[in-house]
Amino acid sequence: MTSPSASVARVEASTAPLLRLRGLTKTYRQRHLWREDRPIHALENINLEIPAASAFALVGESGSGKSTLAMCIAQLEALDAGEVWFKQKQLTGLSSDELRHQRAKIQLIFQSSALALNPRFTTIEAVTEPLEIQGSAERSQQREIALECMRLTGLTPELAQQRILTLSGGQRQRLAIARALTLSPELLMFDESFSGLDLIVQAQVLRLLASLQKSRSLTYLLITHDLSLVIGFASHLAVMQSGRIVESGAVSEVLAHPQHAHTQALIAAMPKWPTLQAAESGA
Amino acid sequence: MLQVRNLSVSFGSTDVLSEISFDLKRGEIVGLLGESGSGKSTLALALLRVLPSDARVSGSITFDGRDLFTLSERQMRRLRGAAISIIFQEPGLALNPVLRVGTQITEVLRAHNSWSRRRLRDEAAALLAQVELPDVNRIFNSYPHELSGGEAQRVLIAQALVCSPALVIADEPTASLDSTIQAEILALLVKLRREKNLSLLFITHNPALLVNFADWVIVMCRGQIVEQGAVPAIFRRPVHEFTQALVSSMNARAMGGSVGI
Repeated sequence: MTSPSASVARVEASTAPLLRLRGLTKTYRQRHLWREDRPIHALENINLEIPAASAFALVGESGSGKSTLAMCIAQLEALDAGEVWFKQKQLTGLSSDELRHQRAKIQLIFQSSALALNPRFTTIEAVTEPLEIQGSAERSQQREIALECMRLTGLTPELAQQRILTLSGGQRQRLAIARALTLSPELLMFDESFSGLDLIVQAQVLRLLASLQKSRSLTYLLITHDLSLVIGFASHLAVMQSGRIVESGAVSEVLAHPQHAHTQALIAAMPKWPTLQAAESGA
Repeated sequence: MLQVRNLSVSFGSTDVLSEISFDLKRGEIVGLLGESGSGKSTLALALLRVLPSDARVSGSITFDGRDLFTLSERQMRRLRGAAISIIFQEPGLALNPVLRVGTQITEVLRAHNSWSRRRLRDEAAALLAQVELPDVNRIFNSYPHELSGGEAQRVLIAQALVCSPALVIADEPTASLDSTIQAEILALLVKLRREKNLSLLFITHNPALLVNFADWVIVMCRGQIVEQGAVPAIFRRPVHEFTQALVSSMNARAMGGSVGI
């Protein structure tokens, strides 16, 4: 109960949620040639509030609707019903111009940044591109902003002219974060962005995110099926199953007293590293 | 049962493995731990002698008293699958997408036995049941894309077990699976080890998977074995700096363990 308390206190201090989801519903149709179409309820009446400057984790097994939720928040996928409130603004139903403006504030970082980045770009081109699209700075400044964001994520200026193909997995992940930071976003969503990384690199990236959160008061939405990633990083947690949120609350609370069977199964399935630590302190 | 001595593999001027030596006994689960690019998968391929032809190899691999590098390709083919088999990382990619699951299992059986069609089918169905797949008939007639990730992984394990091998190499078999499915697959491997007394070389980059699973662990870094020993000892008192970094990153992550899990 010791480590997450600091961030929890901060969450409670800021009252207005950054993101408020009301009754989000999304149904896909699985088409068949000779059978009737089958509806897939990816999201069913999702209600969620994400406090500003918090780190919120969304966990659940594959197919539970986590990624659909992220896509719907970023308005990359149209909702069937429901409202997405970002600060005091409703995102659903905005014109594409207004939406582009809002999107700068909400950045989504995908699972394999290796595939999400254009391999023919140099790193500096990849990081500058969002600024060009948004037209949000003078050309001369764009490069400076890009280099600053790269520096923040621990990428040296010498890497600027390198092709993305020549970077390691960890460097590419940092590059994806640097790129997302250029537009000074307020909400960063990570959709399984760390699952392909080696553990030491993963730990470095998480440390980086924690320090960025402090310096830039960012809000994080971390989507993962790996509960051990959530511990020590996120303050709040929501568990999804078959398109619904079955449980949510403070991370320490949910993990210590899981109510829903699915949450219990997830906890039971977590590889037990702490037991070893206990053995160590006992020795 | 398996003895690897001074195994080195290089491609061009790049040394991928250098001076690898270890022993593996019957019925043991050994974890092979290392980050990407440390040579784990190359070692797996070397044990099956299926390295690309431009690889330069030295050292020796002895399996049940036979030096694998002196065997003919024909003898080696008889060994692969029957004595040493492998489970690959991406269950979705390792199965042939245009053949039904049943066909792919019987294919392996047919390569090593001369059985009737009916017997092949029965044996294949028995194997699928052994890996605790629920609806054997449905799975048997399915195409790989119709399976979930966990089901596909079980099919791959069944395929690896077809000829009752003594040694199974599992190359990150759970990396692409959910944590609940991952736990089920590990439990299945433990059960199969007990029932069949097989040895398992389990390749992973996640030490947490090995804690309650492997008997001992080999830590690899840049193509070399930097440390090996019993699981609790290695993780409690890591000697090499790579293992130390790995363990401390795991400990940092498990700080939330104080909430009582």
